[in-house]
Amino acid sequence: MLLKRLIICLDIRDGKVTKGVRFVDNREVGDPASLARRYYEEGVDELVFYDITASAEGRAIDIDMVRRVAERIFIPFTVGGGLGSLSDMRSALLAGAEKVSLNSLAVTNPALLEEGAREFGRQCVVLGLDAKRRPGDPRFPSGCEVVIRGGRTPAGLDVVEWAKRAADLGAGEICLNSIDADGVRDGYDLDITRRVARAVPVPVVASGGAGKIIHLRDVLLRGGADAALIASLAHIDGRTSRDIKQELSGLGVAVRL
Amino acid sequence: MLAILDYGAGNIESVRLALRHVGGRPEFVRDAAAAAGATRVVFPGVGTARQCMDSLRSRGLDRFLADSLSRGIPVLAVCIGMQLLFDFSEEDGGVAALGLLPGRVRRFRPSDPGCKIPHMGWNRVDTGRRHPLLPPALPGGDFYFVHSYYAEPAWNAAGVSHRPAAGADSPGGLVYGATAYAGLTFASAVGTGSLFATQFHPEKSAAAGLDILARFLVWDGSPCC
Repeated sequence: MLLKRLIICLDIRDGKVTKGVRFVDNREVGDPASLARRYYEEGVDELVFYDITASAEGRAIDIDMVRRVAERIFIPFTVGGGLGSLSDMRSALLAGAEKVSLNSLAVTNPALLEEGAREFGRQCVVLGLDAKRRPGDPRFPSGCEVVIRGGRTPAGLDVVEWAKRAADLGAGEICLNSIDADGVRDGYDLDITRRVARAVPVPVVASGGAGKIIHLRDVLLRGGADAALIASLAHIDGRTSRDIKQELSGLGVAVRL
Repeated sequence: MLAILDYGAGNIESVRLALRHVGGRPEFVRDAAAAAGATRVVFPGVGTARQCMDSLRSRGLDRFLADSLSRGIPVLAVCIGMQLLFDFSEEDGGVAALGLLPGRVRRFRPSDPGCKIPHMGWNRVDTGRRHPLLPPALPGGDFYFVHSYYAEPAWNAAGVSHRPAAGADSPGGLVYGATAYAGLTFASAVGTGSLFATQFHPEKSAAAGLDILARFLVWDGSPCC
């Protein structure tokens, strides 16, 4: 039986890990490679690194950081932010990343999903999708609109429609982040997660809103997510992955212990 | 020399880093000439079957692998490396593979529409049989997988082949690991002689995977414990 995955997300700003609350007021929590090693030793299943300032500053992702992480951890990890081309994606994968994540760029240049999948295999290509609730808006039948550039720019796309199209084009996994739930720690957006998970044939990672272990259980068992992504629970509360997964296991979720 | 076959098959840096982490000194080799002195060979692979086969053949690495096995050199094949050992893969409309193990490679076709492909994540590997590359503690552990195709060996439980590989006097092989997904149980680790192959990625399977790599570094190529 395929186990549910616990993923810790590390947002990187100027080479340091931060945890953003609704993408503002970022505060610093540490060095990416040493934190990665600690989380690895504590039993996390996978890690994600987003270079959150790379795109805005118009620079490529920090390949040296990717290399330093790859030397220290022996589980899959994804990198995103500052990947502007196939060649950037290739550099990140060659440095040891398992997957690359495209977000705003996939919206403005969807062909990149297709080219990435053809070049590296779709299992290496993750669509990062930020969803903003638009209840009652007939343009967005799923109830959510895709937003890009760190949540600042509405993309005019329905979340479920975009997820389906991205999976058709070549995304091998979808990391769905609820902008409304992110940083609030009051639970994942179960409704949009369930809608996306049912609509696409590829794995879905739920992101945004984890404050308690019960939130993870809900999104994994009721929201149809294949993996739950956390940040504050690890960075701020200091909960270890082993401890979180023990608790999840007790709540009936099949995880790697 | 510990050789990692580098034939343009995606993320092999993580294989190198993991082998180095457990004390190996791996070198990438790009063709048969460079691989000639190898005393231990890792055959990784990510990509599509046709690309991989074309590239292996153009570099002479198909013959190198067959030759290494006939000389008893330890070979560890991973993921699509394992799949390509068989006769044939359904991928890309059908591709003749290396034919070093009898059997074919099929695509997962789950009847449950909620079953996601690729099979991506950690899954249980049940090991019912001992092998020097597996920890003595049975019955197995959790390992990291990412694939859409799986190998279907053509041999019986005793390892006797009922459909020998083309041109080979094949004894078949043995299944060392079995994993359940998409409504079936598939062979996630197989071996014969000095060859051991895993569908999962030891280099990405944390301590359980590093343990297999560490055992590979000192394995004499005999399948008996």
